[in-house]
Amino acid sequence: MSAQAVMETIAALVPEGARVLDLGCGTGELLAYLKQHRGCSGYGVELDDANLLACVQRGVNAIQLNLEEGLSIFEDQSFDVVLQLETLQHLRNTELMLRETARVGRIGIVSFPNFAHWPNRLQVLLGRMPVTRVLPYEWYDTPNIRVGTYADFEVLARKNRLNILDSFGIQEGRVVRNMPNLLASMAVFKFDRG
Amino acid sequence: MGQLGAVTPQRMSFAQPLPLRSGAQIRDYELVYETYGQLNAARSNAVLVCHALNASHHVAGVYAGEDKSEGWWDNLVGPGKPLDTDKFFVIGINNLGSCFGSTGPMHSNPDTGRVYGADFPVVTVQDWVDAQARVLDQLGITQLAAVLGGSLGGMQALDWALRYPARLRHCIAIATAPCLSAQNIAFNEVARRAIITDPDFHGGHFYQHGVVPKRGLRVARMIGHITYLSDDVMEQKFGRQMRAAELGYSTQDIEFQIESYLRYQGDKFSDYFDANTYLLITRALDYFDPAREQGGDLSRTFASARCKFLLASFTTDWRFSPARSREIVKALLDNKLDVSYAEIDAPHGHDAFLLEDPRYHGVLRAYFQRIAGEVVA
Repeated sequence: MSAQAVMETIAALVPEGARVLDLGCGTGELLAYLKQHRGCSGYGVELDDANLLACVQRGVNAIQLNLEEGLSIFEDQSFDVVLQLETLQHLRNTELMLRETARVGRIGIVSFPNFAHWPNRLQVLLGRMPVTRVLPYEWYDTPNIRVGTYADFEVLARKNRLNILDSFGIQEGRVVRNMPNLLASMAVFKFDRG
Repeated sequence: MGQLGAVTPQRMSFAQPLPLRSGAQIRDYELVYETYGQLNAARSNAVLVCHALNASHHVAGVYAGEDKSEGWWDNLVGPGKPLDTDKFFVIGINNLGSCFGSTGPMHSNPDTGRVYGADFPVVTVQDWVDAQARVLDQLGITQLAAVLGGSLGGMQALDWALRYPARLRHCIAIATAPCLSAQNIAFNEVARRAIITDPDFHGGHFYQHGVVPKRGLRVARMIGHITYLSDDVMEQKFGRQMRAAELGYSTQDIEFQIESYLRYQGDKFSDYFDANTYLLITRALDYFDPAREQGGDLSRTFASARCKFLLASFTTDWRFSPARSREIVKALLDNKLDVSYAEIDAPHGHDAFLLEDPRYHGVLRAYFQRIAGEVVA
């Protein structure tokens, strides 16, 4: 299953025994996986009641906070890794959150849907906003209030003086290192403050 | 979901004096408590529930033959309930200085043979926790699975985590704060002045005059009650509803339904609550400030804690707002302690911690299930 493969691919980027903060941790699946398979510890941040409950049921530490209000509750460099998976595109303060991620963690890992994946380009070329498996929403009814591309993120990271340690695309659960901006529906970046 | 059914309070006497934070001590005192469920053979499934301002040891269940005698947290504690008494041994202890049976201002002072009244020593949250620890000693419980409390009870739970770090595995603090704000203390002061300036107060020695400062207690309760509810709930429940169809053009009669409600709450309260106890408890609230000894640094304060934490707050609680709970969460994060925090979007204000909100109870149920898993393992 590709969701499991994506999780394992991301988990492989997290050092063994790391203290992890997972922003927008959902049901806490990845944190539980990291705890069990990589000896990690840490916390998830989640706004949704049902997701928070799922975290508590799983025995994962979860803090109910609205990411739009910032990360002032977390001290500088207090985590080895800050994860922001499939979360950034839902946030209004994208750039601020990216900077906050780099402030709180020694390493940041983000993933988001790559708008420049070729089927999306094709749909835009045909005059319509893309609706795909990764971007399943109509333009007027999408929680993804920020749509960016793999290439766009490199520009944003440079602007904020972030040092990209690794980056690749993910397509059908597989890592794409060859022309990821064209060939992958999801973008993954690992960075530090340089 | 079953019912606990009839429960019976028990009593424990202590001959050894309890040293209090004030420097005073109290001797020959008694504490009233209730227990629910069974203590397991390993004595590892005990949960202490700490009560808030006007509550008592009667946490759950009913008293035989008494109508409407459900414990104050009966919706949470019982067989199959979020704090499941089929799995846990739950203990409620009436705090020292209370008017519900434990030694308090209405009892006789062994040093003078007279009723304590205003001479009952000022007790603090720490003193209560020390007294609770002695009850557990006598029950043979060295470590609690959890300490749970809301509001003032949450402060006791936090104090357990700070001063008896090895004696609890989980601290669950609901709708609470690391200390009172100036506004909180101000409300307490208004309540206290209402009581103290009642002509029937007699400097706290009203028992020997055969009177009760009911007027003061009523006003104190009215003030308190306003702070327990949210503006929205009050608006929704009462709005500007009038008692009569026409304005009465009176400044002294009840005209609005909210006035009637507050007076009713005040009357009810003044019938059963002791004025000296109210003064003592609000003072204990004012004084609670564990960071004081660390120069106000809450993160350093929690360096002594070892247990795991669950905190919950309610978005419309303006008495102990979510921001106050987040201060505690931050201190726990700074110490790399295990913590989960639920910020429940409930409309009911501070009172929400006593109500049965499914999201709130869902989180508590899940958390206690996790603790139950550890107890078996």
